[in-house]
Amino acid sequence: MTKEQQSAPTVFRLSGVNCAGCINKIETAVKTVAGVTDARVNLSDKTLSVYGSAEAESCIEAVRSAGYGAELLRSSEREQRAEQREQTQRHYRQQLWRSAFALGVGVPMMAWGLITDRVSVNTPVEQLAWGVMGLITLAVLVFCGGNFFSGAWKALRHHNATMDTLVALGTGTAWLFSMIVVLVPHLLPEAARHVYFEASAMIIGLISLGQALEIRARGRTSAAVEKLLELQDTSARVLRDGREVDLPIEQVQQGDQLRVRPGEKIPVDGTVLEGRSLVDESMLTGEPVPVKKAEGDSLAAGTLNKNGSLLFRADKVGSDTRLAQIIEMVKNAQSSRVPIARLADKISGIFVPVVMIIALVAALVWFNLGPDPRVAHMLVVLTSVLIIACPCALGLATPMSVMVGVGKGAEYGVLVRNGKALQQSCTLDVLVVDKTGTLTEGSPRLTDIDSDGDSDELLRLVASLEQGSEHPLAEAIVTAAHDKNLELQSPANFEAITAHGVSGDIGGSRVLLGNTKLMQKEAISLDAWSERAAKLAEAGRTVMYAAVDGKLRGIIAVADPIRADAQAAIERLSKLGLRIEMLTGDNHGSAEAVARQLGIDRVHAELLPEDKEGIVAELQKKGERVGMVGDGINDAPALARADVGFAIGAGTDVAIESADVTLMRSSLHGVANAVELSRATLHNIKQNLFGAFIYNTLGIPIAAGVLYPITGMLLSPIVAGGAMALSSLTVVSNANRLRFFKPSEAR
Amino acid sequence: MAEVLVNIVGVLMILAVIWWFWLGPKRSTSKATPSTDNLQILVKDGVYEPDLIRLPAGRTATLHFHREDPSPCSEWVLFPDLEVSAQLALNQDTLVEIPKAEPGEYPFNCQMQMYRGTLILE
Ligand SMILES: [Cu+2]
Repeated sequence: MTKEQQSAPTVFRLSGVNCAGCINKIETAVKTVAGVTDARVNLSDKTLSVYGSAEAESCIEAVRSAGYGAELLRSSEREQRAEQREQTQRHYRQQLWRSAFALGVGVPMMAWGLITDRVSVNTPVEQLAWGVMGLITLAVLVFCGGNFFSGAWKALRHHNATMDTLVALGTGTAWLFSMIVVLVPHLLPEAARHVYFEASAMIIGLISLGQALEIRARGRTSAAVEKLLELQDTSARVLRDGREVDLPIEQVQQGDQLRVRPGEKIPVDGTVLEGRSLVDESMLTGEPVPVKKAEGDSLAAGTLNKNGSLLFRADKVGSDTRLAQIIEMVKNAQSSRVPIARLADKISGIFVPVVMIIALVAALVWFNLGPDPRVAHMLVVLTSVLIIACPCALGLATPMSVMVGVGKGAEYGVLVRNGKALQQSCTLDVLVVDKTGTLTEGSPRLTDIDSDGDSDELLRLVASLEQGSEHPLAEAIVTAAHDKNLELQSPANFEAITAHGVSGDIGGSRVLLGNTKLMQKEAISLDAWSERAAKLAEAGRTVMYAAVDGKLRGIIAVADPIRADAQAAIERLSKLGLRIEMLTGDNHGSAEAVARQLGIDRVHAELLPEDKEGIVAELQKKGERVGMVGDGINDAPALARADVGFAIGAGTDVAIESADVTLMRSSLHGVANAVELSRATLHNIKQNLFGAFIYNTLGIPIAAGVLYPITGMLLSPIVAGGAMALSSLTVVSNANRLRFFKPSEAR
Repeated sequence: MAEVLVNIVGVLMILAVIWWFWLGPKRSTSKATPSTDNLQILVKDGVYEPDLIRLPAGRTATLHFHREDPSPCSEWVLFPDLEVSAQLALNQDTLVEIPKAEPGEYPFNCQMQMYRGTLILE
């Protein structure tokens, strides 16, 4: 293999490739291009990888001459997005032009009709003049509305009916009827020799305008994913052969060593090897306070390095990074269905043929029972019903809101897995919360040390003793000693006494650390200390006695401190109408103490991990809708059992994949944000559904002419066209209002 | 005379709509893919083509959606029962992975329910 071959290949996307025979033809053709050292086709994903220094253009030409199509593959998602945006822009402008042209023809014709009231065909001159107008309108139908007609035709052949069908039928009917009037006016009653060319042109113009505006409004609904994509850096500073080189992000490999300077974004997920810094992770977690990072800490792609230079190892690159997973998940959730939409989905699925029948029935009623001119009335009613009844708004009502709502959630570190989770989050009764790590910080800390002498010296002794122990309480003591810069010694004769404590020799004195049982066993009197210890235990702390050389010297209390924001978050959740129950594996005493401080009514303590699922199930049996908050790994069964599982503090990929809602920060505020967001989204969906439903249920009878006896007028097809254009625009715009959602915490 | 004619035509059209969309011949543009998963679905003019896809159940598959309709209606394809969705790039193949699933009928559609198709796993 040459050096060139080892470098990254240029990748093309192929079209028209079906079989192994094609592969050979393409590979042979491309290999003849100057500068190509090797060319390989991958049939399964239809790509061609070209190695060497050849021009991309000449490779494409070679593929083309072999009878296939090829284009340069855009590797980065952001480029693809940009291209897509450009195409959307192009379509937007195209629709605007179509609309302008159609309205340019329609508006003068309508004005003529309104001013002169001469829109009937009675003389050969009028026949000729309106014939010319008819042909101009036909041009409008073909050039501006051709897509409706081709779409309608194709759908029809598939026994399918869409919005295109309705638009094509409506405008087509108006045009055909008018043309009949122009060609054979004498066959029709005098009152019905009315032409409707302006209606056809205006309807096409208005609907195209509506679509153009909709395209623009839709662009804003997907802003969330775009924002996430922008977090991805395009290049990274990689250490290669002892030098720092800037490489495109796609070329960074797992295991590479990278450097980020202050103010730079972290390009890939990794682990810090050297340096210290504060990293702003708010864009991923919603956590406003920057996080300290030092050797061994993990970094996430897309977060911002604030003040120090960091050297780190790339652990995950490309689509494996957490940011990429988040983007993938948000995109998936954005297009998922909400259960509430089922009925609307069903309705809009069969709606178009139903509307066609309604239009025909209404037309026949007008023809047989209506006042004169019956033929004209029949036509107006038929056209108006067809045009106004497009179920687009109904179909869009939920997807648009879900799209914005899910995207908004991602901005606040709330990742919703699908529409169902979003809907269920807003009707929860009970929230079952795992204590450790959610209500408390999750790692015990030394809170009190009481001694009859030098408490630092006592701490030094017990910390030295505990160095070897792996108990979480021991870690708290050792950390406290480190924080005070105490010099620790290694213990001799170290012994861990199960369910009692530890003992050992430190610098010649025998040190004991443990509970009442240990002291009793060693016949050490507790004296006045037991009262003090009882008080601490009542406050939810774990108390240990420390004895040196057979004499009690003091007590040490350790507790898992309550998170600073737990209280406020619980108040928010209570205001949202949720009852909170606490689950924990800890003993009753410390659990109750935490619950009392936070105002939680019900506590389930001393649980085994498998008990948690049972408690959730029990609550559900009582008919309550249960949300479960846990850290995703050991709580997995309970999270899965609950109506909505909130995986909290999700560093783990497992949690992202399995929980209904993943909260990127370890705070209950995330749950409150999720509940508020889901309620706002569902509210928005209901508004949309109501609007779309009202629009169709009112629009159709009005178009069918129920108001005629009162107003003496029929709904003009042009008004119907305008209303139809407005309906989906209204839904999209209303969904966009969700972009201004803010959780009450941030307000 | 003319009145009777118009009424007959109207009623016939109603019957035609009912027959064509509900009672008529079931769509026949199905495609089965026995060995390769490289089935291309054209997204154009309001229909998926083919709009009835047969695949063997119990294994994953990849569908290639080729979207040629620029209107936003066709931008997404959803398989609601499979929890699969994909944003379709314009004038390009977009690969959609279908997970292993039980035999059955899985409808798929665009966001607006204008484009509709059925995936049959058997
Ligand atoms: Cu539509």
